[in-house]
Amino acid sequence: MSIEAPGSVVFRNVRKDFGSFTAIHDLSLTIEPGTLVTLLGPSGCGKTTTLRMLAGLEHPTAGKILIGGKDVTMLPANERDVSMVFQSYALFPHMTALDNVAYGLESSGLKRKEARERAEEGLTLVGLGGMGKRLPAELSGGQQQRVAVARALVLEPQVLLLDEPLSNLDARLRRRVRTEIRELQQRLGFTAVYVTHDQDEALAVSDRIIVMKDGVIAQQGAPRELYEAPTSAFIADFMGEANVVACDVIDVGNGAATIRVEALTHSVPGRDARPGPAKLAVRPNAITLEPSAEGAFSGQITHAAYLGDHVEYEVKTAAGTLFVVDPAVERPLTPATRVAIGFKERGVAIISS
Amino acid sequence: MEHRNRRLDIVLLLGAVAFLILPWYRIDGGFYGFSWLANFPGDPAVSPAILQTTMHGRPWLGIAALLLGLALAARFIGDPMRRGTLLAWAGALGVVFLTVQGLAVGFSGWTWAISETLFGALADGQPSMGAGAVLLALAFALIFSFGLAERGVMRGDAFVVSAIALLIFLVAVFVFYPVGSMLVGAFQDFDGSFNPDGFTRNISDPSIWSIGCLTGGGRCGVALRTFWLAVMTAGASTLLGLAFALVATRTGFRYKKGLRLLTVLPIITPPFVVGLALTLLFGRSGVATQAISELFGIEPGRWLYGLTGIWIAQVLSFTPISFLVLIGVVEGVSPSMEEASQTLRADRWRTFWHVSLPLMKPGLANAFLIGFIESMADFGNPLVLGGSHGVLSTEIFFAVVGSQNDPSRAAVLAIILLCFTLSAFLAQRFWLSGKNFATVTGKGDSGAHIALPRSLSIGVYALVIPWAIFTVVVYAMILVGGFVKTWGLDNSLTLQHYKRAFSIGTRDGSIAWTGVAWNSFWTTMEIALISAPITAAVGLLTAYLIVRQKFAGRSVFEFALMMSFAIPGTVIGISYIMAFNLPPLEMTGTAMILIACFVFRNMPVGVRGGVAAMSQLDKSLDEASLTLRADSFRTIRKVILPLLRPAITAALVYSFVRAITSISAVIFLVSAEYNMATSYIVGLVENGEYGVAIAYSSMLILVMLVVIAGFQLLVGERRLRRENRIALPVSLHEEKTV
Repeated sequence: MSIEAPGSVVFRNVRKDFGSFTAIHDLSLTIEPGTLVTLLGPSGCGKTTTLRMLAGLEHPTAGKILIGGKDVTMLPANERDVSMVFQSYALFPHMTALDNVAYGLESSGLKRKEARERAEEGLTLVGLGGMGKRLPAELSGGQQQRVAVARALVLEPQVLLLDEPLSNLDARLRRRVRTEIRELQQRLGFTAVYVTHDQDEALAVSDRIIVMKDGVIAQQGAPRELYEAPTSAFIADFMGEANVVACDVIDVGNGAATIRVEALTHSVPGRDARPGPAKLAVRPNAITLEPSAEGAFSGQITHAAYLGDHVEYEVKTAAGTLFVVDPAVERPLTPATRVAIGFKERGVAIISS
Repeated sequence: MEHRNRRLDIVLLLGAVAFLILPWYRIDGGFYGFSWLANFPGDPAVSPAILQTTMHGRPWLGIAALLLGLALAARFIGDPMRRGTLLAWAGALGVVFLTVQGLAVGFSGWTWAISETLFGALADGQPSMGAGAVLLALAFALIFSFGLAERGVMRGDAFVVSAIALLIFLVAVFVFYPVGSMLVGAFQDFDGSFNPDGFTRNISDPSIWSIGCLTGGGRCGVALRTFWLAVMTAGASTLLGLAFALVATRTGFRYKKGLRLLTVLPIITPPFVVGLALTLLFGRSGVATQAISELFGIEPGRWLYGLTGIWIAQVLSFTPISFLVLIGVVEGVSPSMEEASQTLRADRWRTFWHVSLPLMKPGLANAFLIGFIESMADFGNPLVLGGSHGVLSTEIFFAVVGSQNDPSRAAVLAIILLCFTLSAFLAQRFWLSGKNFATVTGKGDSGAHIALPRSLSIGVYALVIPWAIFTVVVYAMILVGGFVKTWGLDNSLTLQHYKRAFSIGTRDGSIAWTGVAWNSFWTTMEIALISAPITAAVGLLTAYLIVRQKFAGRSVFEFALMMSFAIPGTVIGISYIMAFNLPPLEMTGTAMILIACFVFRNMPVGVRGGVAAMSQLDKSLDEASLTLRADSFRTIRKVILPLLRPAITAALVYSFVRAITSISAVIFLVSAEYNMATSYIVGLVENGEYGVAIAYSSMLILVMLVVIAGFQLLVGERRLRRENRIALPVSLHEEKTV
């Protein structure tokens, strides 16, 4: 592992208190150089605090932070080799786009002329060449966002920090900008730490995702790992919605487990499941519904909503109410219909034994 | 690491210069005269600390050198935590040592008997601290701050830690030390030894506490009279202020703009000018008095000189302030509340009485307390109109300058006055805080304020119109008064007073300022122009620390600063001469003491303005700057200051104007060399030269109007450009603060 290499980040047993409130409990994590890692979690989970500690805007109560193998725990923000894109962009409203981008370079001691040349290159990099003379107010939201990214990138930091960089953009722009950020990161190969509360965004851009809850890491791994093999009901529900259903593991073998819900049996990826009662996370789109009075696992539709490309159902069963997303819009089911319930091959995982 | 070493090296070098080269003690002729260079460094009066320690019998100063050496040794320690700890200790001990030795060793040896018995008698005392001592104290304070910063305090930001440490240091020296010395002074004899006689004699003096006027046995004591006056003034000015505010917001009154203009008046009027104008109207030879005596044959009386006159003058002076406070309160009552009340079938009278007025109550109480404090602290009007019926602030003055020369009495009176104003301040701060219903949300609250009930609006007009006319007449008197030859006796118009005050001649081909006012006028301008930027800078820096930095004791820090606002000028004046007349710090008679006084008296307003403006700047702007490698100093210079321009202008104008108009503290601190306009004018009044005094006052008002207009013009231009060029949210915020 290259935790000594430039661009790596290590948190060692970091703790952060605000008065009597503990925001971060004993956090340890490692980020490898050149990767884009997302800190994901609901508001108040400590993800932004973690990012701000990495930036030097907050100092940990205990523990150590290393960037590129160097201990920066006590270093103030302006002496750290990281830079940050803020949620509000925080562009200086009284400076032009070019001055904004050149600001950090001049703070680092570059001559004004050189700083402006480099800043112009930075603007070109994000596709805003020639727009340097404009004030932030004269740029659109997406352009402001790109200026903020350019301003952070021209410093060639070891680590780029992004604090919910897309939250001020409208939905359509959000998708485009996140692709741009990801492309830029892969092309230039810098390390990036990305904070968001939107799991779609996290799945789309990350090499790794670290999900936090109440100041501790709930689970970390590659996007697919988290989506397909959540280890807790919280992760299952947070990474795309999931129905949590009680089940019995009746057989384990060959990396697969056979489970039973009511009278329905189903085979799921097994990992280290053990026979006995367990919990099952089932994605809403992994459930099939067939109108039928009887079935191995049956229920009754209590609510249906037509949403154009799919229909959402609430189904009351003996194992609880299930939320179902059904792409079969040509065959809408009406409330009070009795249905037989089945599971698809993917989108079903055991979350605790 | 290099960054840390560089700044530490500079400070260590400063410390070395302070100890080895600069004259340690205060130089009589003034440091900047540089006449001391002739005897340097041999003469004990001018030699640096190193020679004082080794040759001139002041060996204890060597401890300072040891502590400086300790800091130098810490520089070479690698481990940042240990290095920081050592630096912090060296700095803290250095400051404490310098303070203690300064207080302990006076002109002629130990100040305290206990130290003499402990360490034995000293051969020689020491004079006041000079350039070397002050610079070394500063260096120690910085070393202390750097040490803390290296230990990670305030996220390792040395600039912020140093700024906090220096501000606390300065406020301690210029606010708490003087007030403390005054408290101690109440229990001291002339030679400084403990003697409670003066205190007990004065605190039980019937002329202070007597309630004779209530029981029918003679006059009341000065404390009770002052209190009574303050209550009356506060009540009347609150009532009038409310009436004016209602007229300005709830009626179709045609001259509302004119009413707004009224609010500028008290800011630019030297405090005694209203009293002066009243004497021209109602004094024994006043216009009104004479007219009445001719018409009705009533003997001209002296009724103006006393509490009645002071009361009228104060109500005239403070009604505009109360108006300024209450107009915000009246406008802050949400129209939708009143509309809700009306839809619930309440008529206008019921709505006003049961909804609007109760919502304004906390605001009214606030205006009352402000009026109370202002009246208590007022010195100019009682001085001009008081006659033999003085109030606390003038009694304090006469206790030191008059024939009785009783510092202990002055201190006791000052303590009583301070108790009154601080109680009002604490009431305002704690009792009223959080009780304000009138909140402006910033969201557009549609709907219009309802008009006043008819009977009420008639009453309000009946109060406002005569009073407004009266105010205009009084101010007209000020303008006219300067052109009248001898008021009451010879009412012919003349330029003679202006000539006497402001004549310019030519002598030997160069301009000669021959008018009597020029000397104090230029001194005033000089001191006001020096202190205004310092006040604004210190005020805004404090605001930055309060809004943007979180540190232990921040609220105490803010509270202590704001409290200095409630200390009456007279009390500040008396405590400054008590504190800065003797070692360790001697500043009386210099321009420095005037500047320090203005800076620390006017700073709270700069702080308030700065806090309001800065709370509206997004904090992520600072953070963005920090993550872009800028330190907090560069952040302030490049990001915060440019966005705070309107607040800076306001702070500059305010402190400039206050430095020109204030009298209460100044009158204690002026000297022959540094005389200020206001105290010079009061001198003119005492000599009966009303014409020149009035001419000088109107000239001051004019100068201030020009300066304010100039600043306003500057701010106006900026706002125009900003609307065209800068982000909408920010420009909107800024307009709100303007």
